[in-house]
Formats: sequence, structure tokens, C-alpha cells
Amino acid sequence: MWIESTIALRFLREGRAQTTLILIGIGVGVSVIVFIVALITGLQGNIVDRTLGTQAHIKVEAPDEINRLAPLPAGTTRLVLETRRAQRLRSINNWQQVMGVLDQFPGVKAVSPVVSGPAFARRGNAVESVALVGMDPARYQRIIPLSEDIVAGRLTVGAGDAVIGRLLADDLGLRVGDKFRLVADQGREAQVNIAGIFELGVRELDQRYVYLDLKQTQSLLDLPGGVTVIDLTVNDIFTAQDVSRRIAALTGLKAESWLDTNAQLVNALRSQSMSTAMISFFVAVSVAFGIASVLSISVVQRTREIGILRAMGARQRQLLLVFLVQGAVLGLTGSAVGAFAGYGLVWVFNTFGPKLFYIPVAPTLVPMAMAIATITGTVAAAVPARRAARLDPVVAIRHV
Amino acid sequence: MSDQDEVLRLAGLRKSYNVGLPTELEVLHGLDLTLGRSDFASLVGPSGSGKSTLLNLLGLLDAPTAGDLYLLGEPTRTLDDEARTSLRAKSIGFVFQFHHLMPAFTAVENVMMPMLVTHGRPSAQTLERARTLLDEVGLAEFMDRKPQELSGGQQQRVAIARALITRPALLLADEPTGNLDTKTAASVFDLFRRFNREHGCAVLVVTHDPRLSAVCDRTITLVDGAIVSDERRPRA
Repeated sequence: MWIESTIALRFLREGRAQTTLILIGIGVGVSVIVFIVALITGLQGNIVDRTLGTQAHIKVEAPDEINRLAPLPAGTTRLVLETRRAQRLRSINNWQQVMGVLDQFPGVKAVSPVVSGPAFARRGNAVESVALVGMDPARYQRIIPLSEDIVAGRLTVGAGDAVIGRLLADDLGLRVGDKFRLVADQGREAQVNIAGIFELGVRELDQRYVYLDLKQTQSLLDLPGGVTVIDLTVNDIFTAQDVSRRIAALTGLKAESWLDTNAQLVNALRSQSMSTAMISFFVAVSVAFGIASVLSISVVQRTREIGILRAMGARQRQLLLVFLVQGAVLGLTGSAVGAFAGYGLVWVFNTFGPKLFYIPVAPTLVPMAMAIATITGTVAAAVPARRAARLDPVVAIRHV
Repeated sequence: MSDQDEVLRLAGLRKSYNVGLPTELEVLHGLDLTLGRSDFASLVGPSGSGKSTLLNLLGLLDAPTAGDLYLLGEPTRTLDDEARTSLRAKSIGFVFQFHHLMPAFTAVENVMMPMLVTHGRPSAQTLERARTLLDEVGLAEFMDRKPQELSGGQQQRVAIARALITRPALLLADEPTGNLDTKTAASVFDLFRRFNREHGCAVLVVTHDPRLSAVCDRTITLVDGAIVSDERRPRA
């Protein structure tokens, strides 16, 4: 391998102009790939972070109530007039046990039981419809880091304390320390004290959510000891769908992942990833053709040298290696240059760009781009290398 | 000539092109020839007589259609490319009309090249031998020059040193002085003569130049693919 690499490197160094030009070509290609992959990954990460910053990865709920029909004796027909059932607010059966199972479930990071339902918030003559969310702050924090979004007061619930959104506070003219009245179904009422005000940046949530502790919410919604939803986060967000299916199969409950509830968004992300992959692929293909054509020319230029090497006892396999190594070296060096340039582009974007979001470069991106470029270079060199190896020494030596 | 002295023997060697086609053409018609270790021979003949074809066969660059070629007593016709390549590397040195040095390597690296492609990294002995050979061809001061920094005669001398690095039993030269002036050509021939004597290596030179063939011990004349004369002269 030593002599093959030595010859390959000398060949590349000798054909300096050609080598430089193709290295620039490979560099441009790889920098485009590095930049676009970093950009799209950064953009998607940003969108996903924003989306998942305010919702659980998986929501586990009680299964829908449906009408069941009694089994029919054979040979009878039946006409059915069915009134579909309204889904009343109800608790997950044995939710403590279910939660125990989910705490241990592989791939699940955090579990938080929540009881939530509708109510009105009233202050004086002003009434707003709200969603009550009863939760345990320690557990809930691991699903949605609410304390980071508190704009006034503190995140404490229980003992009549509530945390509400900024828009709701504005609508009702409330400040931290003020009191207001919550009215739920069938006249169940409670007076609560505002301990904190949050702003998640999502209008729907900032206008509707009222956080209480589990106990108070349970009594307002007439679900003593019950919870309506178990929120989960998973280690790898893109496994959420898979994990939710396994949970549904295991518990018989309804489990919905963020991928299902945000199908539109997921679809958009997928198309984006696919177009990135396609751009990268076609850039890689054109880089490969560039390497192949430069090496093909090199084989023709070096026909006589190849002939003399064969006459001196070089085997076909050795000449094959000489050209494969050239392809690999071009791929590796070109991609190193390209990765550097790609980093530069990312830096320019982060420093002088629109600053809507920051592009992080994954530490694996550059080694991976370089590895792929090296493999691409080697594969691209295969055709010219085979031609070099198969040259008939008799003909090659007399080549002018 | 004893069997130990035999380097090369041709037995009814034939070479045809386009075998099996209507245009089949036999270029060499059953040649018989023996070359001994001490031979310093020239191969002459008009253009188209089959000299180059014969040289390719002798150098194991090509395989005969019929008959056989014995190199150091070993039949070679049935060898595959791999075996032929390794036998060629071990036993035959080549010098061509155009030096065919590799421009990316220095003189001493070019001389070592046959050892490098067969044995990899050079040993101290290989390097020493390459230096000695370059010294013998009078290029001691030019070892680290690239071929393009040498004159035509110097390049050809590097090529001769390269042909001898593997201590071949047979040195084949194809018009080695074809593009050199008369004086340089004569000095190149002197080198062949010296290596033939001092290294015990059979030399076969293909040449057009009657003055050069006249200084060889033996002249083999090929006309229309057949050996028409094989003269030996007493050693000068």
C-alpha cells in the first residue's frame, strides 16, 4: 500500500493545476452540503423546539366511549338507529398504576398526570372561558418548562394559588396577588389567588390556561382523585409515534403523539428534509463526476508511465489502488476545504444574517461529510482506475 | 553452452493477431533461439519484420500463440497475467527508446521503482544499490534531480540503472539510443557491454543502427517474422 499511495500522491502533486481545480470543485460542493444541512437542521430544530416547548410529546387519555351492540344470534338481521355518544369528561382508570408503568417505559423521559377541563373565569362583570389545568409542578416542569416563561410572580399552585396567562390577566385586568373567581359546570365555584403570570408566546395558551393544583381542579371538575390526561416526554422526539403506539397497545388507552397532532408540521419538515437530501445527493453526484473525469484524463496522460510500471512488475491491482487512492485523497482533502468553507458560511449567517435563529453545527456533520466525500471519491475513481489497471502494457508503453 | 548458462530459449514460437478471424495474420513463424548469460546480442531487421512483437514476447509483456518461451528453463506460455508479471519483475530489465522515467520521482527513486512496486518501502540495501548503479552510469551527482532536469543521455542512463536494480538475468533494450546523438549512443552501448560482463546479464538490443549492432557479439536478423541469420563474432 505504501508505494501505491506514494505514487498516487506524487501524481496528484505533479498535476498541480488539475488537482487544485478539482479540489476547489469538491470544496464548493461539500461546503454547500454542509451549509444547507446545518441550515435546515438548525431551522427544523428551532421549529420543533418552539412547537414542543408548549406541548407534551405524547398525551395519554381515556379511550373514547362508544356504543356497543350485543352479539346477534346467527341468521338474524338488525336495523340500528344509533345516537352517537357525547364524550363526557372522565378520569383514566387506575391512573396511578398506569403512571407507574409509564415511568418505567423504555424511551420515556418524563411523566406528568394532568386533570383538565372547561370553566369560566369571572371578575366583576367580565367573564372569560378558560381551560383549567391541574398538575403537579415538579412533574409538569419536566414536560413544559413553565418556570422559564413566568413573567410575574412565581410558579406555585395549591392552597388557592393559580398561575394564569398574560393575555387572560390583561383581559380581566388582573395582577399578581389579585383574586378572581372560577366557575365550573353545575355551579361549582372557587376563589383563587394569582401567584404568577406566564407567557408561552402561544395566543391560545396565554389567553385560556389557568394552572391549579391537582386537588382543586379535581373538585372543580367533579373528578375526585382522577386525572384526564397523562403527559409524556420521550428521549428521542421522532420515536414519539412509535412509543405512543406501544403505550396504546399495552394499556388500552388513547395515546397520541405530537407527530399525530402536528401532522401538517411534520409533513412540512419531512418535505424539507427530503429536498435537503436531494440537493445533497445531486451535489455529491456532480462532485463524483468531476473526480471521475479528472482521473480519466489523468489515466490517459499517464498511459506511458502506467505501461512502464507494468513492465517493471507492478500488478493490475496495484495500479487500481494508485487511482482509487487518488480519488480518496481528492475526496478527503476537498471535503476538508469544503467543511471549513461551510463552517465559514454558517458563521457569516449567524453573525450577519437575519438573526431569526441561530444555526448550530452538529459535531458529527463535518466528519460525516468528509467520510462520505472520501467514499464518493473512491467510488468515482473506480471506473478510471479499472481502465488504468486493464491497460495492455504493450500498447501503453508505445503510447505517444 | 551449459544448461546453467541458458537464460532464454524459444521453441517454435509463433504469434498471430486476430486469431480465428478472417483477417488472422501470423507475424512470427516458429522461431527457435537460445540466449546465454554471457550473450551481448543485437536484433536487427527492417520495419515490419516483427522485432517489436518478438521483444514484447521476450519481455513477457505478451503471450505467444503457439510454441513456448523458456525463461531460465521455465516454460511461460501458460502463465496467467499475475505470474507473468512477477516473473517479469524478477528476471527482466527493460530499456526503451523513450526513457519512460516517471517525472514525479527523482533519479534515485526512479532507479529503485522496480523494487518499490514489488517489495514496497526500500531497504537500506536497495537504496545503496541504486546509488551504486547511478554512480556506475556516471550520475552520482544527479541522484536527487527530477528527470526533466537531466539531459536525454542522462535520462537514458537512469533508465539503464533502473533496468538493472533487480539484478535481472536478461536486459531487453528497444532502440535505446534512438533519440541520442552518436557520441552519447556509444557511451550508452559501452554501459551495456560493461553490465553484460560485470553483472553476468544477457543483453538483447533491438536497433536500426548498423554501427551499434556491429559492436555486439552476436547479431540476429529477423526478416518477415523469421530469423534469417544469427552471426556470432569473437568478443572484442
